[in-house]
Amino acid sequence: MRENGRVRTQSSIMHLDLDAFFAAVEQRDKPSLRGKPVCVGGVGHRGVVATASYEARVFGAHSAMPTAEARRRCPAGTAFLYPRGAAYRKSSRVVMDLLREVSPVVEQVSVDEAYVDLSAPGTHDLSTDGVRALVGDLLARIHDETGGLTASAGVASSKMLAKIGSDLEKPNGLVVVAPGRELEVLAPLSVRVIGGVGPATGNRLRTFGVETVADLQRMQVPDLVSILGESHGKGLHELAFARDDREVVVEREAKSISAEETFETDIADRHRLERELHGLTERVAGRLTKSATFARTVSIKVRHHDFSTLTRAETLTHPTGDPVVVLGVARRLLAAVDVSDGLRLLGVGVSGLTDHAQEQITFDDVVEQIEAGQPDEAPAEGVTEEVLAAPTESGDLDTGGPQWGARSEWSPGQDLRHDVHGDGWVWGRGLGRVTARFEGPTTAPGPVHTFRADDPALQPADPPQW
Amino acid sequence: MKLQVDRDVLAEAVTWAVRGLSPRPPVPVLAGVLLDATPEGLTLSAFDYEVSAKVSIDAQVDEPGTVLVHGRLLADISRSLPSGKPVELAADGTKVQVVCGSSRFSLQQMPTTDYPTLPTSPEPTGTVSGEAFTKAVSQVAIAADRGDTLPILTGVRVEIDGDKLSLLATDRYRLALRELTWNPAAADAAHVALIPARTLSETAKALGAAGSVEVALGNAAGGEGLVGFEAGQRRTTTRLLDGDYPKVTSIFPSSVDTISVIKTSDLTEAVKRVALVAERNTPVRLRFSEGQVAIEAGQGDDAQASEAVEATLSGPELEIAFNPQFLLDGLGAIGTDYARLAFTQPSRPAVLSGQATADGESDESYRYVLMPVRFAS
Repeated sequence: MRENGRVRTQSSIMHLDLDAFFAAVEQRDKPSLRGKPVCVGGVGHRGVVATASYEARVFGAHSAMPTAEARRRCPAGTAFLYPRGAAYRKSSRVVMDLLREVSPVVEQVSVDEAYVDLSAPGTHDLSTDGVRALVGDLLARIHDETGGLTASAGVASSKMLAKIGSDLEKPNGLVVVAPGRELEVLAPLSVRVIGGVGPATGNRLRTFGVETVADLQRMQVPDLVSILGESHGKGLHELAFARDDREVVVEREAKSISAEETFETDIADRHRLERELHGLTERVAGRLTKSATFARTVSIKVRHHDFSTLTRAETLTHPTGDPVVVLGVARRLLAAVDVSDGLRLLGVGVSGLTDHAQEQITFDDVVEQIEAGQPDEAPAEGVTEEVLAAPTESGDLDTGGPQWGARSEWSPGQDLRHDVHGDGWVWGRGLGRVTARFEGPTTAPGPVHTFRADDPALQPADPPQW
Repeated sequence: MKLQVDRDVLAEAVTWAVRGLSPRPPVPVLAGVLLDATPEGLTLSAFDYEVSAKVSIDAQVDEPGTVLVHGRLLADISRSLPSGKPVELAADGTKVQVVCGSSRFSLQQMPTTDYPTLPTSPEPTGTVSGEAFTKAVSQVAIAADRGDTLPILTGVRVEIDGDKLSLLATDRYRLALRELTWNPAAADAAHVALIPARTLSETAKALGAAGSVEVALGNAAGGEGLVGFEAGQRRTTTRLLDGDYPKVTSIFPSSVDTISVIKTSDLTEAVKRVALVAERNTPVRLRFSEGQVAIEAGQGDDAQASEAVEATLSGPELEIAFNPQFLLDGLGAIGTDYARLAFTQPSRPAVLSGQATADGESDESYRYVLMPVRFAS
């Protein structure tokens, strides 16, 4: 955070965030799921939820929650679906293009989130009413042109307040913070709304009686510095007064994505480390999907009990977004590391990010080899509790992502086409069979049929057009 | 041992025998070539535990005997000797004298007692035309994996079913399948073997000039884990790769939506030109429409190129992206004047095959499956 942050005198920065984006796309493309709880993410035993629909959030499911826990909380009939990256990118592209029609200065943060500098074209009326009309129209157009997706927007004099604003009235909300009223809006909110205040800092501040931004505003800089250190303390003080002059920048490319875990006690057991590796890979792959990129290099980071830290990396011939490929490399790298003394930290990262990926042929039996290293493998799971109740084939992936090649790899939620029944999606699978629901974004909820998983009339399909 | 042999015959035979030897063998004697002189002639053998090679040539043998000398050194020497003159090889104490005209070399003998016995070739499984075999292997071996992440993918899967011989290889990004007929020793021959792709292509090239190649796949009865090839006076064995090859037959789409037929040379040239601006591993984009395919590469601030090539289209228009080298590999392998590309969807594998004329039948004996490149946005 920079010091002496200035405040713009106009509400010219917009932050736009698509509401429960992955889940909303699923509900749009799968009419039978509308109004029902939906969780998108890793479906397997150790998967995590990437997005929960608002119906699922009622039961406490939220992103980053282990799928197993979301399953316990949500009622029977909740759909647990693999992410369909291609479908999300297709809708995201439409939204980002609409934003670029409003202003050329669009900073895409992820597949469902962007900042826009409304002052860039110089032609928009930036009065509070003018902005409200402009962004209201934009939200309506997004709804129309994406087949019914909703977004929430915040407009303010800084990126920080714009982002806070977009979250205040979610979903389908619009908050314009008039210039001069920033502190008033900010003061009653929890300090956790400020970027950089995570659970740890939040807890630390609470012991000093700081719960809201107003509390933080009353803290003296030297006190904050003594609690949080020089740069963090000063930075927070600036942000508490909404002093954030960061610009909206068009190019905002991540150079790498990583996730790491520090263990409460050192782990020497390879099975447990593999489980951790699996979870970390899912987090990394999920963020890769979210940022609409692919990676060429996979790395792991390990810290031994004596704090000696090493990283190992392997560069693939072709970029990938496939969690199975990332996991395979990470596992190979970990296998070459001596863990007998125990690890205190394990991390997985990807770098060499690109906008394209060479598709791979995936083989069932090779997938089995990749999976074979995992202890207590959960059975593959279907979409609904009814399907889940049936014993299912082992060897199916539980890490999501689009799959190619052998057709036994049907994953819940995947788009498919049947020669006779037309377009639909994978509703359940198991015992060499696949159950599909034949419906699409423009149809009524459709019928369900079951086929052999290798039925030649069934083909994977591209995401439907709404 | 003492003998005379034609310089060109010797040079060719030594070069062939030692071509597969490792420059840094696990045991020093494995760098050697074994020269065995009998009244019938001279036999040269080389073996590195993976690959064995044995070739017999005519020689005038004065004293029979067996010596082991450094293979690559003897090959280099034989090739540089003056042409058209006979070469005399003679054992002399711990040395071997090589004399040709006024050139004279003295090579250290290596101990033959430590030299391993070459594996016996299995019983012949059948024969195939040398030319057809060489071509088929070259068409398939391009798709084999060169990396080491999944060793079985560095092999070519050879399947024999009666008089059908099929060769298949894939590195996960593309897959090549060639089917041909051959003459099995038994009408009900049935074998599946995984042969290292590099060795197989070298063997096929080295034996291809012969009219007919004998293939011998080992089994429990003899030569298990080995494949032998024999053509003329050349015999070679290779150790098979161990492991189960992934099941891949379902990769071929059961239906096809879009088909385009393009003159192979036109498409090859255009892709090569356009790919000049495609940086390492970035794709070329192909847009198929009525009467043409537009090829593009590069985007944004990078250099860009585009070119259109005449093409027929049946089915819906389609835009798809490929790694240019993978596409060129396939176009180079079909060996026909026209290339036929069959698609279902831009995210699904495309199938390349050859056909002799623009409106002729597609030749499905060779199929090259190409996985597309997917764009994030």
